[in-house]
Amino acid sequence: MNLHIRGIRKDFDRFAALDGVSLDIASGELIALLGPSGSGKTTLLRLIAGLDFPTDGSVFFGEEDASRKSVQERNIGFVFQHYALFRHMTVAENIGFGLKVRPSRERLSRTEIRARAKKLLELVQLPGLENRYPAQLSGGQRQRVALARALAVEPRILLLDEPFGALDAQVRRDLRRWLRDIHDTTGHTSVFVTHDQEEALELADRLVVMNKGRIEQIGTADEIYDEPVSPFVYSFIGESSQLPVRIVNGEIWLEDRTIGLRTHDQSNSEGAFYFRPHDVDILDGCGGCLAGTVLSSRRVAGTRRVELAIGGPQHRVEIDLPADHPAATRSRIAFRPKHWKVFAERS
Amino acid sequence: MTTVLSTRWRWRSSNVIPGFGITFGFTLFYLSLVVLIPLACLGWRAASLGGADLASLGSDPRVLSALATSFWTAFAAAAVNVVFGLIVAWVMVRYRFPGRRLLDAAVDLPFALPTAVAGIALTAIYAPNGWIGQFLQPYGLRIAYTPLGIVIALVFIGLPFVVRTVQPVMEELNRDVEEAAATLGASRLQTLFRVVLPSLAPALLTGFALSLGRGVGEYGSVIFIAGNIPYVSEIAPLLIVMRLEEYNYAAATAIGSIMLSLSFLVLLLINLIQAWSRRRFGHVL
Repeated sequence: MNLHIRGIRKDFDRFAALDGVSLDIASGELIALLGPSGSGKTTLLRLIAGLDFPTDGSVFFGEEDASRKSVQERNIGFVFQHYALFRHMTVAENIGFGLKVRPSRERLSRTEIRARAKKLLELVQLPGLENRYPAQLSGGQRQRVALARALAVEPRILLLDEPFGALDAQVRRDLRRWLRDIHDTTGHTSVFVTHDQEEALELADRLVVMNKGRIEQIGTADEIYDEPVSPFVYSFIGESSQLPVRIVNGEIWLEDRTIGLRTHDQSNSEGAFYFRPHDVDILDGCGGCLAGTVLSSRRVAGTRRVELAIGGPQHRVEIDLPADHPAATRSRIAFRPKHWKVFAERS
Repeated sequence: MTTVLSTRWRWRSSNVIPGFGITFGFTLFYLSLVVLIPLACLGWRAASLGGADLASLGSDPRVLSALATSFWTAFAAAAVNVVFGLIVAWVMVRYRFPGRRLLDAAVDLPFALPTAVAGIALTAIYAPNGWIGQFLQPYGLRIAYTPLGIVIALVFIGLPFVVRTVQPVMEELNRDVEEAAATLGASRLQTLFRVVLPSLAPALLTGFALSLGRGVGEYGSVIFIAGNIPYVSEIAPLLIVMRLEEYNYAAATAIGSIMLSLSFLVLLLINLIQAWSRRRFGHVL
């Protein structure tokens, strides 16, 4: 099922939680909505589900305008961060709930519902837990049951709101892989919300990076990571260091020195210079490069993270060195970013 | 959420929450002083009557009728309170409206008001010439001086018990559970009856038990509105008072101990249901 979101706006009192969001999702895609808290990602998900209604704009399920349809009519599957299981029902009853509440002429028989629940439990790798109550399950198991319950109604679109947010790191990693497998098996068009970029990058076909009620960038993990279109995306996704620079005739200047890099942007303006700490060449002294005094040096897993002050204590950046790199012992390090981006300030 | 562990209970074990010995000792002492000793006295007096006397006093038709009246009116009132107390709690928890705090405070009034005052006020209103009674009179509906009046008084007395037990549980109900039901296609009514009410059931049951217990023993408010007609609207506590005034302590003791055993049985049953639901769903209330 294709999903099209057209110019969605959502106001809470006077505050715009979503401000003109448009998005097209192809059938069978797994999409991550990624952003800091308050970016509007959960609001967008709830609008797609029909748990909230937009102030303006519309949501299309395929060709059909679903904007005014109730959540019951939309036939979606929704997985909540805190599972939202029915605690007075067994696992099997939880999974069968959506089938049981159907109007009597569409309703499956009791045994069919039970058989479906059993099959779904196998799909989510929890066979044999039919008669347990949610209180008897671990967090990870509960979320699997919640997913099975959402899948039981054969939803047109599967929506997940921070599905792993309440779980610990190890379980999270396992479930991530597991969700990817389930998605590949069932082929549902799926949208999930997360503030965990690692999760989004690893799991999603495409990411939608959101900030302050707007979409900053839509793209694959590679596109988002390698070609961030805005300073926000550059700093939000992955590690980044930033320096305030001036662009003069295409040359980039940090205070009164050129850093030896050129941009196609010929406008003379102030700008922000971004690069990834791990994506640098260490140089043995230079004219026209970045060089700074070592402020601190920490061992982080396989690399050494060095904090440098460049041209004065106010400009601090971080770079990564291989753990055994000789430069680690120096008090001054010169380097040049391999990939970088400068965002001219719009004046 | 709690995980149910079936560890063997031991008398002494080191614990991060110390003070079991002293608090348990105090609990026993205090319960004995306040509850168990007076009740034991009652039991002792009843026992000294001898089985035959107790049986003859207990099978007196007037006593039986009073006991029946006490219990069925208390049951009826508790049932009414469960329904309407639930609605009152729902309104106060789920909606924000001007005067909500005032309404919230008003719920507790039956706790604070002297029950005799409540009884007199209710009688004045429901008497055949009272504010409400006069409109019911033409339809042949009499409330004051009938068992119906008793039920009304007990509804008044018992309402806060239901509201105050249900309210906190309702406040903790997660919205997302209801939303989950909606995303699965359940209508509002289905959500209410299959999801919301079942999770409130233990609290409702507790409220019912409290309201029932209070209703069975209620005296002050009832005697004004009941009319106290033997075999019709006479309640057991009144009969006890009457026997006491006649210095017939044996009869008073007998009726008292019968009431006590019946109430204890009912409350025990309700507690067993609670315990069962706790084992099953792993949550309290």
